[in-house]
Amino acid sequence: MRVGVVKESQVGETRVAATPGTVGQLRSLGYEVVVEPGAGERAGFADEAYAEAGTALGDPLEAEVVLGVNALAPAQLDRLQPGATIIGILGPRTNPDLVMDLARRPITALALDAAPRISRAQSLDVLSSMANIAGYRAVVEAAHVFGRFFTGQVTAAGKVPPATVLVCGAGVAGLAAIGTAGSLGAVVRATDPRPEVADQVKSLGGEYLSIEDPEVEVSATGYAKEMGQDYQAREAQLYAQQAADVDIIITTALIPGRPAPRLITADMVASMRPGSVIVDMAAASGGNVEGSMPGEVVRTPGGVTIIGYTDLAGRLPAQASQLYGTNLVNLLKLLTPGKDGQLVLDEDDVVQRSILVCREGESRWPPPPVQVSAAPAQTAAAPAVERQVKAPLTAGRRLTMVLVAAAVVFVLLAISPAALTVHLTVFALAIVIGYYVIRSVHHALHTPLMSVTNAISGIIVVGALLQIGQHNTAITILSAVAILVASINVFGGFAVTRRMLGMFSRS
Amino acid sequence: MITVASAASAAYIVAALLFILALDGLSRHETSKVGNTFGIAGMALALAATIALAIDHHIEGYGLALLVIAMVIGAAIGLWRARVVAMTGMPELIALLHSFVGLAAVLVGWNGYLLVEHDPHGAEAANLNAVSTLGIHHAEVFIGVFVGGVTLTGSIIAFLKLSARIKSTPLVLPGKNLLNLGALVLFVALTVWFCADPQLWLLVVVTLLALALGLHLVASIGGGDMPVVVSMLNSYSGWAAAASGFLLGNDLLIVTGALVGSSGAYLSYIMCTAMNRSFLSVIAGGFGIEAPTSAGADLGTHRETSVAEVAELLSSASAVAIAPGYGMAVAQAQYAVADLTKALRDKGKQVRFAIHPVAGRLPGHMNVLLAEAKVPYDIVLEMDEINDDFADTDVVLVIGANDTVNPAAAEDPGSPIVGMPVLRVWEAGDVVVLKRSMASGYAGVPNPLFYRDNSAMLFGDAKEQVTAVIAGLQ
Repeated sequence: MRVGVVKESQVGETRVAATPGTVGQLRSLGYEVVVEPGAGERAGFADEAYAEAGTALGDPLEAEVVLGVNALAPAQLDRLQPGATIIGILGPRTNPDLVMDLARRPITALALDAAPRISRAQSLDVLSSMANIAGYRAVVEAAHVFGRFFTGQVTAAGKVPPATVLVCGAGVAGLAAIGTAGSLGAVVRATDPRPEVADQVKSLGGEYLSIEDPEVEVSATGYAKEMGQDYQAREAQLYAQQAADVDIIITTALIPGRPAPRLITADMVASMRPGSVIVDMAAASGGNVEGSMPGEVVRTPGGVTIIGYTDLAGRLPAQASQLYGTNLVNLLKLLTPGKDGQLVLDEDDVVQRSILVCREGESRWPPPPVQVSAAPAQTAAAPAVERQVKAPLTAGRRLTMVLVAAAVVFVLLAISPAALTVHLTVFALAIVIGYYVIRSVHHALHTPLMSVTNAISGIIVVGALLQIGQHNTAITILSAVAILVASINVFGGFAVTRRMLGMFSRS
Repeated sequence: MITVASAASAAYIVAALLFILALDGLSRHETSKVGNTFGIAGMALALAATIALAIDHHIEGYGLALLVIAMVIGAAIGLWRARVVAMTGMPELIALLHSFVGLAAVLVGWNGYLLVEHDPHGAEAANLNAVSTLGIHHAEVFIGVFVGGVTLTGSIIAFLKLSARIKSTPLVLPGKNLLNLGALVLFVALTVWFCADPQLWLLVVVTLLALALGLHLVASIGGGDMPVVVSMLNSYSGWAAAASGFLLGNDLLIVTGALVGSSGAYLSYIMCTAMNRSFLSVIAGGFGIEAPTSAGADLGTHRETSVAEVAELLSSASAVAIAPGYGMAVAQAQYAVADLTKALRDKGKQVRFAIHPVAGRLPGHMNVLLAEAKVPYDIVLEMDEINDDFADTDVVLVIGANDTVNPAAAEDPGSPIVGMPVLRVWEAGDVVVLKRSMASGYAGVPNPLFYRDNSAMLFGDAKEQVTAVIAGLQ
């Protein structure tokens, strides 16, 4: 089959659905690739580069599979071959007219952005890959407008404090923003209603600000309902405090199918220092920030810049195209089980079913809901946790155990004859010495330690040496055997230890 | 006035001190060779003193000849094995050496019986009776033979399992814990009986009981628990020597046995901590049998990568970590890994090794293999030293390790290995897993690491693949 890569018709779209790199992978799946002349121009990929990667330049709409970033324009759709398959970011949830239009045509449409959020589908999750880029670019845009360094410096010309960045929402975009801002040297704080992301925030060097104040939670036991009402008040209070304190705010909060939540009010914006920057990554769906304009940069009278770009991912066209192209390659790998250039749709596969908008003129939208596998497994596993929890040894129990052990040792020693007591004393002290000597042994030397203790335990040869040749043939024979095997231990153990230790060398 | 006996006693004390110095020297790389020399010196001193003592005791001529012959043969075998053993074969060798100590302890115990109990009216028995320790001697013989017997068969089974002469899957007999417990109870009962009435058949029975217990104990422990088993047997061999020391009234044997015994026990303890399991549960065996696993959960698909991609990934990385496991030893890939390390370091990249305490089949096994291949030991780090640095590492190569890098241990409360400290390799930018297939590790637990976004699988023989990656780097 042929795969066509279109030149995006939407105004302002810089991305392209395949790069010279990903077309190679498409070809290795058995497809012939046709690229529309100029398709990669705005992403920095020349037609020659595609040609070098082994693709033909021509009309992509004649191909059986058409790849795009956005939905094709109606004029393009009209020219498709009957039975063709189109793949792109179609937005079927928010765009019912398009779904109806597609279903009227004798084509198959796959919306990559409708992939379920299960781990198997992560390699083709275009929302994640684009959010990652957008989070990065949000920081870069903020840095561009912000009149200062991100990183703190002590220079001959004076000390520069680091910039403080607040990231609202620690999803993919938020985490990317935290990582980027942190690597530029800023102090990064992050909020998110899900407390479980705290570790992810920390792992990227950010500080997690919890809206659920644990102290309040404890004291409010029994007032659960009131706490729910408190929540938004506390959230607002937190943002109000932070707004006055930080230099840059990046908001990423989105609720699927609903307008974006309003996190930052005009009052909070006004309380920020002049020169501060806000990037509202949710501007396209209503905005997290009061006063942000989709696609625009607004300067408030208080000197705060609010950036509402909606094409943040597209502002890194080469990167976005590469990741999007790879998402498409991963999808086509899934759809081409034979690697023979034949696209096969399997509606029993949840991933393929979820992204299927229409099939050869029949609407398949909306897909049945996908059970995210992690949730039931975790509830089933919950009882197992308690089994694993070991009660820590309290000081009292420890003391009791030591006292009991001491009493047992005392009784044993008291009833043993005097001749044995000396040996037992030596024995007990040697155990203690052994424990302390071994405790400091470097982990890397555990094997040599074992072989040397092995050699040393060959000291048992001493016992056999004292028994041999004392006028008893049976004893002498047994002793001779014991001497033989113990000697192997002594000599072999020391020699192999020596050999091993000789290998350890320093760089 | 110095007599042979008093000189020997003095020599024994000096030898014991030298052994302590030897173990102390082993604690650091810088002093380890000196430590080994101390051990050799102590042993030479003890042997010389003992032979002098034996001659002083009027050893028979043919006895002395036998002694020398046995020792020379033993030394020859030992030195030969030590010279030719491959470093990947260290676990087997050490397990086999443990069995020798066990055998010697059994023989010394039997000799003690033949010398005293078998001849109740002889001079030795009369001497002991005079200081009322004859009953103690009975017990010492019995305990010495028992500990020695368990060590002997346990070590042989461990040797057979480690050298893959028998399958390393755990043997599961019905009521195996009861069997072990019953054997111990029986041993205590027999000891009491033997102290009251030292009959030969009782000694035969306890010898057989000990041999059977050692066999069953280790047979029911699987391959991945071998680090614990080997250090446990190391400990047993020490206790066997100490028991012989009590039997012979020889403080040198007691001290040395106790040193070895406690060191082995401590090593076992470290290994158990590294697997988040109690010592008893390892000894009782049966890991993963009744464990509820979340197997069957949708782990997603793994991503397969190629040698060229790995080479490219490594060329663009600045910090690389390598987490080796038993698979590296099996594939004999340590030299290839060392070459890779050198190639990367020559390109100015930071390369470090992350060693899990129970990686391999012997405590410190990976360290020895890497040292053999001339990887400098200061870049070979312990789990605790490197675990917090994975987040700053660009690429982690996991070579033949599985359970020790399983994120389920840290994240999945339903996993049978939950709570086991693991190398948090998944925090790195990219993880490349070199593995022969998608099979589970020793614990039989699926590894979600393989399905993570930042993980890629490179299938095939570790040695060949690593060599190919080096070629790809050039």
